[in-house]
Amino acid sequence: MVSHKMNNFGFKISQGRQIDYDSNDRRIANYIYEREPSFRLCIECGGCSATCTTGNHTKFSLRELHILIKRGENKSVRQDLKKCMLCGKCTMVCPRGVNTRNVVILAKQAFQKSDEYAI
Amino acid sequence: MQFDPFVIPFNIGLYFILIYVVARSILWFRDLSKPDKLRLQRGFFGNAFALSLKEIFMESLIHRKILKTNLRLGYMHMSLAFGWFLLIFFGTIEADIFGVKHLNAPYKAIFFRFFHPDHGRMGFEAAYGFLMDLILAFILSGLLLAVIKRFYSKIVGMKKTTRLKLTDRIALTSLWLIFPSRLLAESFTSGAYGTGSFLTGSLGNWLATFLPAQQLAYPFWWLYSISLGTFFILLPITRYMHIPTELFLIFMRNSGIKTGDKAGTYTEVQTYSCSSCGICIDACQLNFSAGITNIQSAYLMKAIRNNDDVSEIAHNCLMCGRCDQKCPVGIELSPIRMIQRREGEAENDIRNIYKGYFRSRQTVISEKSPASVNYNFLRGNDPAKADILYFAGCMTHLTPTIKNSMIKILDASGVNYSFIDEQGGVCCGRPLMLAGQDKEARELINFNSQMIWKSGARTLVTSCPICYKIFKESYYLDVEVLHHTQFIKTLIDDGLVKLNFLRKKVVYHSPCDLGRGSLVYDEPKEVLRHVSKLESSNFEDGNSLCCGGSLANTKISYADKKKIACDAAMELTRNSPDILATACPLCKKTFSAATNTRVADISEIVAEALILNPVKKNSTIHVASLKELANI
Amino acid sequence: MKKHVVVIGGGVAGLEVAGQLSHSGIEVSLIEKESKTGGHLNNWYKLFPDRRKSSEVKEYLDRLSQNQGISLLTNTTIEGFHRNRNKFLITTNKGKELNADAVIVATGFDLFKSARKEEYGYGIYDNVITSADLEEKFRREEIVLVNGSVPETIGIIHCVGSRDEKVGNFYCSKLCCVTAVKQAIEIREQLPESKVFCFYMDMRMGGAFYEELYREAQEKWGVNFIRGKVSEASETIDDKLTIKVEDTLAGRPLKMKLDMLVLMAGMEMSDGGKKIAGIGGLRTGENRFFAATDNHTSSNKSNIEGVFYAGTCTAPMNITETISHARSAVLEVIDFLKDGKS
Repeated sequence: MVSHKMNNFGFKISQGRQIDYDSNDRRIANYIYEREPSFRLCIECGGCSATCTTGNHTKFSLRELHILIKRGENKSVRQDLKKCMLCGKCTMVCPRGVNTRNVVILAKQAFQKSDEYAI
Repeated sequence: MQFDPFVIPFNIGLYFILIYVVARSILWFRDLSKPDKLRLQRGFFGNAFALSLKEIFMESLIHRKILKTNLRLGYMHMSLAFGWFLLIFFGTIEADIFGVKHLNAPYKAIFFRFFHPDHGRMGFEAAYGFLMDLILAFILSGLLLAVIKRFYSKIVGMKKTTRLKLTDRIALTSLWLIFPSRLLAESFTSGAYGTGSFLTGSLGNWLATFLPAQQLAYPFWWLYSISLGTFFILLPITRYMHIPTELFLIFMRNSGIKTGDKAGTYTEVQTYSCSSCGICIDACQLNFSAGITNIQSAYLMKAIRNNDDVSEIAHNCLMCGRCDQKCPVGIELSPIRMIQRREGEAENDIRNIYKGYFRSRQTVISEKSPASVNYNFLRGNDPAKADILYFAGCMTHLTPTIKNSMIKILDASGVNYSFIDEQGGVCCGRPLMLAGQDKEARELINFNSQMIWKSGARTLVTSCPICYKIFKESYYLDVEVLHHTQFIKTLIDDGLVKLNFLRKKVVYHSPCDLGRGSLVYDEPKEVLRHVSKLESSNFEDGNSLCCGGSLANTKISYADKKKIACDAAMELTRNSPDILATACPLCKKTFSAATNTRVADISEIVAEALILNPVKKNSTIHVASLKELANI
Repeated sequence: MKKHVVVIGGGVAGLEVAGQLSHSGIEVSLIEKESKTGGHLNNWYKLFPDRRKSSEVKEYLDRLSQNQGISLLTNTTIEGFHRNRNKFLITTNKGKELNADAVIVATGFDLFKSARKEEYGYGIYDNVITSADLEEKFRREEIVLVNGSVPETIGIIHCVGSRDEKVGNFYCSKLCCVTAVKQAIEIREQLPESKVFCFYMDMRMGGAFYEELYREAQEKWGVNFIRGKVSEASETIDDKLTIKVEDTLAGRPLKMKLDMLVLMAGMEMSDGGKKIAGIGGLRTGENRFFAATDNHTSSNKSNIEGVFYAGTCTAPMNITETISHARSAVLEVIDFLKDGKS
């Protein structure tokens, strides 16, 4: 029997900041992986965010949204995704050939279809 | 006795299809919007009526457009359609003239030879029999082509032939059986009686030498009747519904009815008018460059008719418009595909009841997402006031030579302009529309329209055909919208720029959204002719190729896009031009990666050819010293 | 009878191969398309990792290849390449015909033509230069802008033409990262008042003393490193350059004005090599470089017996590796010539 005393060292590990990889919900990421295999190629170089039309006007980083989706940190992503204008500059710039525009479209679809995140 | 049980299948089929077509037409008419109803009513009188009749003759029967595109395919369609029409027409007259009484039931005309086996031995009767045999031979020649095409499509010059489902196959088989069974039925009857003309008579006589013609004739008359009946009964749920529907479509189109943004009667009539001829498949670059063969317009129409889920097919398309251009029936293929892309936009859901015989429109409470505002973070400063606004567009920022060339030209022309998105602007909204997100696009449209209006400009010049198309079609602006090639043309015409002539061979690639999409074919070419040696290519104007870089296709892989780009570039640079000229930053980027020939936008070529004015010395300036003089 | 080997290409690999072959008593014809040998080595000023002068390496190669047994044919290209039983017939553009017992292809690489990345503005904006252009400036000890003034802020963009699906080069050119670090140090050395920024996707320091050079750049020379792929460059009103980049590690877009932009151009298969691949029937890989028969155990052998590769015509490699690869090619050739098969 593992004693619950083991957890009470006195230090509080800040759970909120951690990416709890095991329990994170990566269904959105999987939805996108299935339909857009090039999503796996992203190396987070940030070229997409650099050229982004929306990024010129407001806080919006496609690279950050990509990585959050991949890690399963979905909560903040849905609202931010709406800001994308689908202009396609990111796709034109991506050195890995990720179809970033389709990733956004699929992500929005996935969020809409999932009960937790649907608006 | 002018009746026999074998005619019953035919009668059932015929009366069924006639009643069905009338009932369907009434339902279609009922479902039209009020303005469209008025249009259609007016379309039945005057010029439109005559035009429709002419088109029915030239297209539905003769299939002139298909003949022009593909002679063998056109002949095949024509022989079946026109031939059958002639057979019915002349057959009815035959029954009237030579029959027992005038105005007979239809079956008497179709089965004339059965009821008048002794007819046609000499004189006028024989001549008439010759005519009927000739028409039958005409149909059979086309039928032979059709049968071979099903198995070996190259014989009609088609690379692929449309795939069929089960009911289609049964209907196809019964269609194919109709005329051979007529041939054999008539031949056996002629053989037994010694009548018939060059085809049925000769065949009949030959068969009679070794077969019991009298007995074999009867089963073949049954077969003839059953195949006709089956065909008529299955017609409404197969692609052959296009036969009656096309007539309705022609009247609607000539009355001025258009597809619009939402699904409705006209879209339904159009989807049924598709004869699956396959010309759109042949024209599609996804097919011949990338080997993708399940998403072309013919398949989309079929999927819509069958109420299949079309989202995969609808989005896998470059929206280049080549199929629209070539469709012999004149179906507005791209607008229909756009409607499919707008998920949840249709207020009505079409449900199939009675397994496809009737599609009933039932109002479905669409799950409208609450009006979410997506782009309220956009803030615009009051833009600088100017006569002319230059809107480069998102993509142009990734091809700075275009941007810089336009600045050079605008500066040289001396016009009062403002480069409104120099620091990067807001997307025009068309990429959102192409993805089917009209509501979101409307937000961007409103924002940009405000900016344009505030600047007080009278003219809006843009470098990107994608932006150009949406400015012209969906912005409802008060200003004159010009693509930069049109603008440069006005500068040349007004003498505001002086240009050298560059001794370079140039081939022009017409961008999809500018050419077929906006019908701007001439100005770019005229500008090019002014500064270079413009050469023609096999793919010009309406027939131009798509570079493959289109934003409209979200499903295609990069490898396939590359194939399309390389094939198109190879075609255009066939005669080794010095420059491959484009008028679109996306085309420029796509082609630059696909060919070694220099790819340049028209604005670049013009900027190279610009004769810049030397600085004029104003001799009336007072100079305070020699030093100042040296500095002028 | 002395064996005769034709070496195509007079760069680092070609000179090393020619010299070593000649030392072993083999007659060599060295074919070079330019008017002098040395290839790209002539363009570099100082070499990483120790920043020694390239002229020293050139002198070594010249000494090695100054041998009676080597006939040097400059301003010469190959027009014909035929195999005749176990001999090769090579025709030059000057009409000369050479009979060879074996051939070594050392055609090297071409630098990626940076004008193809239109969004970086090479050839469009003033003061956007490539790494090769910068070496020239180092040689002349004159790092100046087009208008003659001295730049204060200099940006270096990694991976131009490499790791880029958009220009068709999926591979990494291996040497540009360490070149960038070396050049950053050299700029800081020559212009102590300058600020240098390297914009990278990754820092690939895969060689002896490369990582140490990276440390030195940060610690001693104050070079700044920003992780983010630059998407485009443009000119400002005051004739400076500005770039669009996301500082991915900070997670925010970054704004900066630069006086000069240096593009780290990658390595591509040379045009000369492509031509020889075509006329000789030599196989190339997906990266368009020559494909050796085995990546591990015979990286010098081509798909044609008697034709061998040396140097960067097979893959991006530094000078150390090029010389090693050249020597292993020599070993293969000598082996081949002994018993007529490889």
